[in-house]
Amino acid sequence: MRLWLSVAAVTVLTWMMKASGPLTLGDRQLPPTAVKVSVLMAPVLLAGLIIADLGGAGWSDLDWQQVAGVGVAGIARTLRAPLLLAVVVGIAATALLRLLLN
Amino acid sequence: MLDPGRDLVGAEVSGTGRRGGALVEGVRLGIGPGAAIFVLALAYGAAAHVAGWGVTVPLVFSVLAFSGSAQLTLLTTLSAGGAVAAVTAAVLINARYIVMGVALNDSLQGGRLWRALQAQALADASFVVAQRGDGRFDITRLIGASVPQWLCWVTGTAVGLLAAPSAHLLHALGADVTFPAFFLMLALDEIRKSRRAAVAAVLGASIAAVLLFVTTPGNALLGATAAALIGAIPVHAQIKGRGDRP
Repeated sequence: MRLWLSVAAVTVLTWMMKASGPLTLGDRQLPPTAVKVSVLMAPVLLAGLIIADLGGAGWSDLDWQQVAGVGVAGIARTLRAPLLLAVVVGIAATALLRLLLN
Repeated sequence: MLDPGRDLVGAEVSGTGRRGGALVEGVRLGIGPGAAIFVLALAYGAAAHVAGWGVTVPLVFSVLAFSGSAQLTLLTTLSAGGAVAAVTAAVLINARYIVMGVALNDSLQGGRLWRALQAQALADASFVVAQRGDGRFDITRLIGASVPQWLCWVTGTAVGLLAAPSAHLLHALGADVTFPAFFLMLALDEIRKSRRAAVAAVLGASIAAVLLFVTTPGNALLGATAAALIGAIPVHAQIKGRGDRP
C-alpha cells in the first residue's frame, strides 16, 4: 500500500507540475522579456541535464569512462556523423574502455 | 469569382495537412531520444525488479507518470528512507516542468484545462525539438515527439522487468552513455543557433556543476535554469557595439 500511495502521489504531482503554468496563466501572454528568457530555456536545460546526469549527487557518480564516451559522441557529431551513429560510437568507446581497463 | 466556402475548406484541409506534417515530423524527431529512453527504461525496469516492486506497479508508474528522473529517484530513495521524503525528492527533481510549462503556455490553445492537458506531453527532448526559434513552440510537433518516447519508456520498462539485465551488464555495455550523449547531441544543435544560446548553455552547466556539490541533481537542474535569465539582458548591453549572431 505504501508503494502504491507513493507512486500515485508522484504521478499526480508530476501531472500538476506540468499543468501549473497553463492553469495559472490561462490565455495571458508572457511579456516580451520573458519570451526572450524562454528561448534560452532549452540549451540551459540540456546543459544542466548533461552535468546532473554525469555528476550525480555530490559528484559521486562521476565516471571518466562514461565522460569519455559522451565526449567521443560529441566529437563524432561535430564531425557531421548522424545523430544515432554518433551516440552508438560514444557507447562503443566506453564499452571498449571498460573491456580493456576493467 | 471567389468561392468563400471552398477557400474555407481549402484552408481547413491545408491546416490539417500542416498539423499532420508537424505530427509526423515530431514522431521522427522523437525516435532518437526514444532509443535513449528505451535504454534508461531497461535499467529502471531491471532495478525495480531487483527492488521487489513486482511487475504491475513499475509498469503502471511508467504508463501514467512518464518521468524517468522522478521514477528512478523514487525507486532509489523509497527503500532508503520514509515515503514522504522519497516522494518529495522525486517531485522536486521534476520542478523544471513548472518553468517549462510557463514557457510553453503562449503556444497552447483553448481554456486552462485544455492547455493543462496538452502540457502533459512535456518531456525534455520534446520541449527542445518543438521550439520554433521565436520563443514559441509547435505543440503538434511536441506531442508527436513525445509519442515514440512514451512508447519506448513503457516498452523498455516491460522488457527490463521481464529480462532483468544485470546492472553490471548494462554498465559493461556502456548503456549509461546513451542518455547524456543524446542530450549532448541536442545541446550541440541548440548552441549552434546563436552565441547567446551557447553562453547560456555554458552558464547553465557551470551553475549545475557548482550546485551538485551542495544539493540534489534535481535542485541543481532547477538552479541551472537561472542561466536563461541572460535572455533578459538587451543585446547592446551584453555585447557593446556588436550585434548578437542570429
